[in-house]
Amino acid sequence: MEDSKVGEERPKWNNKTEYLLTCIGFAVGVGNVWRFPYLCQIYGGGAFLIPYLIALVFQGLPLLYLELAIGQRLRMGSIGVWNSISPYLGGVGVASMVVSFCVSLFYNTIVAWVLWYLFNSFQEPLPWSQCPLNHNNTGYVEECVESTPVNYFWYRQTLNITPNMETSGSLQWWMVVSLATAWSIVYICFIRGIETIGKAVYITATFPYLVLTIFLVRALTLPGAYEGLIYLFTPDWEILKNPQVWLDAATQIFFSLSVAFGGLISFSSYNSQKNNCERDAVLVGVINSATSIYASIPIFAILGFKAHTNYVTCLNGNILALTNEFDISDMNITVENYEQWFDSLNGTHPSRVSDLNLKTCDLQTFLDQSASGTGLAFIVFTEAVISMPGSQVWAVLFFIMLFSLGLSSMFGNLEGILTPLHDLKLVPKWMPNELFTAIICLLSFLMALIFCLGSGNYWLEIFNSHVGSVPLLIIAFFEIIAVAHIYGIGRFSDDLEFMTGHRPNIFWKVCWLVISPLMLFVVLVAYVVAQAQTHHTYAAWNPDYVNFPDTEVLPYPDWVFAICVLLSSVPVISIPLVAIYRLVCCMSGRHSEDRLHNDPNPYANEVQSQKHVPVPIA
Amino acid sequence: MHCCSHIILLFGQAICTVGDNCYRAVTFLKEGMLVWILFLLCQVGAPALAQDLCQRDAPNGYKVRISLKTALGEDAYEWNQSEMFFFQATMAFAMRRHFQMETYNVDNIILCVQTSRVSFWFVVTSPDNTTMLIPKADVEKAVRMSRHRINNAFLLSDRTLEFLGIYPTLAATVNPDTPPWLIVFGVVIGAVCAGIIALLVSSLLQKRRKEKGMTEDGQDEEDMQVKGVENGINLDGTYNRGFTDDDRFTKL
Repeated sequence: MEDSKVGEERPKWNNKTEYLLTCIGFAVGVGNVWRFPYLCQIYGGGAFLIPYLIALVFQGLPLLYLELAIGQRLRMGSIGVWNSISPYLGGVGVASMVVSFCVSLFYNTIVAWVLWYLFNSFQEPLPWSQCPLNHNNTGYVEECVESTPVNYFWYRQTLNITPNMETSGSLQWWMVVSLATAWSIVYICFIRGIETIGKAVYITATFPYLVLTIFLVRALTLPGAYEGLIYLFTPDWEILKNPQVWLDAATQIFFSLSVAFGGLISFSSYNSQKNNCERDAVLVGVINSATSIYASIPIFAILGFKAHTNYVTCLNGNILALTNEFDISDMNITVENYEQWFDSLNGTHPSRVSDLNLKTCDLQTFLDQSASGTGLAFIVFTEAVISMPGSQVWAVLFFIMLFSLGLSSMFGNLEGILTPLHDLKLVPKWMPNELFTAIICLLSFLMALIFCLGSGNYWLEIFNSHVGSVPLLIIAFFEIIAVAHIYGIGRFSDDLEFMTGHRPNIFWKVCWLVISPLMLFVVLVAYVVAQAQTHHTYAAWNPDYVNFPDTEVLPYPDWVFAICVLLSSVPVISIPLVAIYRLVCCMSGRHSEDRLHNDPNPYANEVQSQKHVPVPIA
Repeated sequence: MHCCSHIILLFGQAICTVGDNCYRAVTFLKEGMLVWILFLLCQVGAPALAQDLCQRDAPNGYKVRISLKTALGEDAYEWNQSEMFFFQATMAFAMRRHFQMETYNVDNIILCVQTSRVSFWFVVTSPDNTTMLIPKADVEKAVRMSRHRINNAFLLSDRTLEFLGIYPTLAATVNPDTPPWLIVFGVVIGAVCAGIIALLVSSLLQKRRKEKGMTEDGQDEEDMQVKGVENGINLDGTYNRGFTDDDRFTKL
């Protein structure tokens, strides 16, 4: 708290715009671009918007409002806030901090990959557009010929991936270099805390929208774009009967809004207390969802273009085979009259036609080849970009956009680590903030080097699915229970009235008390059950596999499985641990002097500041 | 065709050298008929001879496939007899260029099995002995050597003028000394490091200035306190000095 030095105030935002842009930048991340369109596609297009918007209104917005409000009121990071609300629930803040740390490790590695692709986009021709020659220049590299140049560039020249998780491989120096660049850029934005972040978000939060608009205009003029869009948005109402859809919509909203990281609490703690956080929360939530929907339009237009290009290439291959076999005049068979020619030739010479082993070319099959995550960005999209005229420009724009999205999310992640540490007063007084931030960035960089090994991608997938999922759900559940039931809706409403000027209406109260905790609990249980049933295998890239270029499905080794369980449980273990510790302290007497204030009353803020009011001379 | 005229000439010479005093009127008629029969035979025989040499799947022949519309689109020219002649001439040039001693001619390149694809087979006969074919390997070497010239003669490329069985050599990839990505990385990391150093130095200078300012303005701080200004906010009332832990006064 600020009672230590009179002159040292809590830093604050230069203006409201910086605060809003930072929150929006934190919420809008790479997931909005590469996860939401994929979900839209596999869950019946336009119909998916219904569970998505319901989850946003009943689960996302209440959580968001709650976090922004308590941060703004209590003016502390996540640990301080939860200690204030209830000392027994101080573990929630510690859990937030640990999760933020683990997530920032692998998230910045993804940013490093984006940087690597960005650096490689300044070449003519693009390195993933053609196979390299082998050692003696007699042919192309075999691994590349069997799969595709795009796959080869991702799996071999970027990751240099090992065939399985047991083989660790060595540190890939180019990845280490990219990771160092990523952490350096994060550090330079964090050097002066929110002063520099506030400047950086003017670019990182707005640039993606500019690029998405440019891509939208470009994509809509490409052939095949309309097929892609129709495919995306055609609603399949039957899909709403599948409970998996509702679960995925709820989890997508939850992870997309970046709640439970502690970053949003930190950001709002730098606000003045008299700020309308209700409007901020609704604004951030709505903009986040709108960005997801807006981003899916150019993404799917471009995927439609890619499917169309693949379809035409497939047909042209067949046309060439037929033309050469039957010595038909060049260009007599075209994409349009291919069917008629095929039928007539098959009717007259069926044996010769079948010997040609023509591929079946179906546009729908190509459209169905969906991908999400890194597969979408680094394989599917890069392949589409090669076919667009002026590929370098589009590649550079795309990867700068992904970089901005990732960087602005990293701000929130790192803030969720630094602010609680500052508030816990773990920083020695002699250490300037810049040095402390540098130490944290350096530590994170060193720990993230495991993702630069040959097997790094497999480890990243494990971190992504175990740290960035169940612990967050648990933390959010405890957050909402803590505020709604332990702190009390009445006190919370008083706080909100103090800050925004009016009490929260019945909708918010019902959500906080009943609907949101219930939804979170159901989602948590369903998610744990789904995880326990399915994810014991991973997809490995093994060139010696029989069915190469298909990925080989391997089971997790036992020690890896143990690590998965640890990753899911260690962050949240602090919740019961701290509760037990406080209980023990209380039982043994109320004489424990801990650094945090003994008085759980958040109004202690004003009580103590009263001590400095000057006494008038009588 | 010229072999026929050779044969007729030789035969004619052979007839006339028998005797200068031959009964020209009768023999002239006989000669005419003979010449006419030989001529007919030549017309049929010579191509038949060539036909035996050049056929589909000939052991020493190559199939050529040309895709004009794919390569040139609207500017595609028509493939006719003149173009075939041009091809023969180009191949003869290629053979001459490779085997520099021997003079190949258009007649040494025999074409057959032409389709509307456009595709055809060709064989190469030796200039010394027109019944002998040049082996496949030598033809391949000649084609490889002049492939670029042959392609350009027809405004085509390796893909649109195919010699089936002769694979085009792969273009060597340009490998620059410094990979381009390292250059971009160098620029970015240089800018970031410069920025970090600049910001750190300016923070340090700011802090030094503030500390210097504070020791000089130590008096001002107290005056501000007296006037009841705290944290920049004016408070009502005057600060009662009696309640300060003030070291300014000497301790008794």
